[in-house]
Amino acid sequence: MKEQTRSVILQCDDITVDFDGFKAVQGMNLRLLEGELRFLIGPNGAGKTTMLDMICGKTKPTSGRIVFGSAEITRMKEHQIAELGIGRKFQTPSIFRTLSVFDNLEIAMKQPRGVFATMRAKLRGEDRDRVHAQLAMIGLETKASWRAGDLSHGEKQWLEIGMMLMQEPQVLLLDEPVAGMTDNETEKTGELLREISRTQSVIVVEHDMEFVRNFASKVTVMHEGKLLKEGSMEEVQRDDRVAEVYLGKRRDADASRSTA
Amino acid sequence: MLHKLLRLPQGKWMLALYAVAAIALFCAPLYLSDFRLNLLAKFLAYAIVALGLDLIWGYTGILSLGHGVFFGLGGYAMAMYLKLTASGGRLPDFMEWSGLTALPWFWKPFNSFAFTVLAGILVPALLALILGYFTFRNRIKGVYFTILTQALVIITTTLFIGQQAYTGGTNGVTGYTKLFGYSIASPGTKTVLYLVTVAFLIAAFVLCRVLVKSRFGKVLRAINDGENRVRFIGYNPATYQMIAFSVSAGLAGLAGMLFVLHVGIISPSMMGIVPSIEMVLWVAIGGRGTLVGAALGAILLNSAKSVFSETYPDAWLFFMGALFVIVVVFLPKGAAGLFTQLKWFKRKEAGHEGADSVRYPAV
Repeated sequence: MKEQTRSVILQCDDITVDFDGFKAVQGMNLRLLEGELRFLIGPNGAGKTTMLDMICGKTKPTSGRIVFGSAEITRMKEHQIAELGIGRKFQTPSIFRTLSVFDNLEIAMKQPRGVFATMRAKLRGEDRDRVHAQLAMIGLETKASWRAGDLSHGEKQWLEIGMMLMQEPQVLLLDEPVAGMTDNETEKTGELLREISRTQSVIVVEHDMEFVRNFASKVTVMHEGKLLKEGSMEEVQRDDRVAEVYLGKRRDADASRSTA
Repeated sequence: MLHKLLRLPQGKWMLALYAVAAIALFCAPLYLSDFRLNLLAKFLAYAIVALGLDLIWGYTGILSLGHGVFFGLGGYAMAMYLKLTASGGRLPDFMEWSGLTALPWFWKPFNSFAFTVLAGILVPALLALILGYFTFRNRIKGVYFTILTQALVIITTTLFIGQQAYTGGTNGVTGYTKLFGYSIASPGTKTVLYLVTVAFLIAAFVLCRVLVKSRFGKVLRAINDGENRVRFIGYNPATYQMIAFSVSAGLAGLAGMLFVLHVGIISPSMMGIVPSIEMVLWVAIGGRGTLVGAALGAILLNSAKSVFSETYPDAWLFFMGALFVIVVVFLPKGAAGLFTQLKWFKRKEAGHEGADSVRYPAV
């Protein structure tokens, strides 16, 4: 019932992408509501990451269209899409390694992105507070002046999440955010995602089934570039086709962490 | 006392060092012979090129092997003005020899000094902007961009050599007499020109430093670290690269103008492949990614070159070669890289204390 009152923030209509004859995604539809936390799962090669790539402009769909809010973003450039309010976190942590942790967050902050704007930009007190608040949230307060490349793997993941939050996007796309994290860190990431989804919409590509079960409200299952099933985790788990292609024979054993 | 001095904040230390360096440069006419002063003036012009190159290569990560062209365009602009002054209303000598009867239209505006100075900076900057527009927007980068800049050098030098009637061909443009009515070769004029060069070098340094320290500079370094990532946080790297390349070319043009004033000639060989590569070497050896390193690299390397070539006319090239090898093998980030590494190391050490208490993010 509640879902009816929320509006659609992101809509992918019948999108297909063709890599030299190989259709990584075929006629995929996706509707994301405002304030939704959506998990995108599926076996390797199902086209999950390609979906994220198309939404953020890294890959252009061969056909179909993507609408964000009221704007069609299908053919827009990456930086235009990012400026409109779609943030992306990649699978491998990609931060600016020679910049300090503070500077990484500073340039990611929501602000005018033009050349002359950044030449004149001054770090105002409120900007500093904003960066420090973010540093506190990602637990890197004492490492603000560190060269980002010197951080540990987990810290880099957090820094990248922090950078994405600094952009204040309306839609966040995360590709395997908990890969390589400890249980403790995974738990905290899940809580953070839940927190974020109160105000922003999130799509998470994830392999860690326990993580998905703990935090997912709605799950989209992809298989061979197509939509296989969409629904709550319970519905998805009951579905025989899903069990067949994804959970496989290990349906009973899926309490163990699978990173297939 | 010394201990107290050492405890000054790093920023103040650097400021004091800069002030000492600036004073030393401004006082150079008091302790250098005319000959040495003229050489130093030339090296300071080179240092301006190095600053610009560092902006595009050291900070943005784009290697240009075509800065000789931008340098040369600035040089030719000044040369045209000086030649027209020397010819005193008549046709420049090399044009007469080539059978021209009237001054070509594009030479005419160079009767004005103001136009010359503007053109000497803006023509290279605009050329870089156009080249950058077609390359960076199409995401041509890395070695492909570098090869394109080499092509630019070959095209330009071939054009300048071929159009002898308009450019003086292989001989270039020389035979200047006066600047604002003063003899260009007199020691007094030379000293003034030296001081002007010092002023421009300081201005160029301040400009680059402001750019590098601004958020714009941080985005440039971010592009160097990961151009794609920059796109996904909403910046268009192409615009940033174009502007950085253009500023860099403008500085090379400025340096070219000063160079001609000191040396009294510009020819295609001064904007060719070899000088273009040499310019990059100054930055590589001085230390890319630090402005002081780049500028010092240009000055010290050229000083070494002139000292070695005077003292060991037969063996100086070997000395230079050895110097390159040593720096490349042992100091991959150049001489200045040593200090930067030290700085990060110190910070890291300091950062380790108490870091464990906030190991886990507080969500």
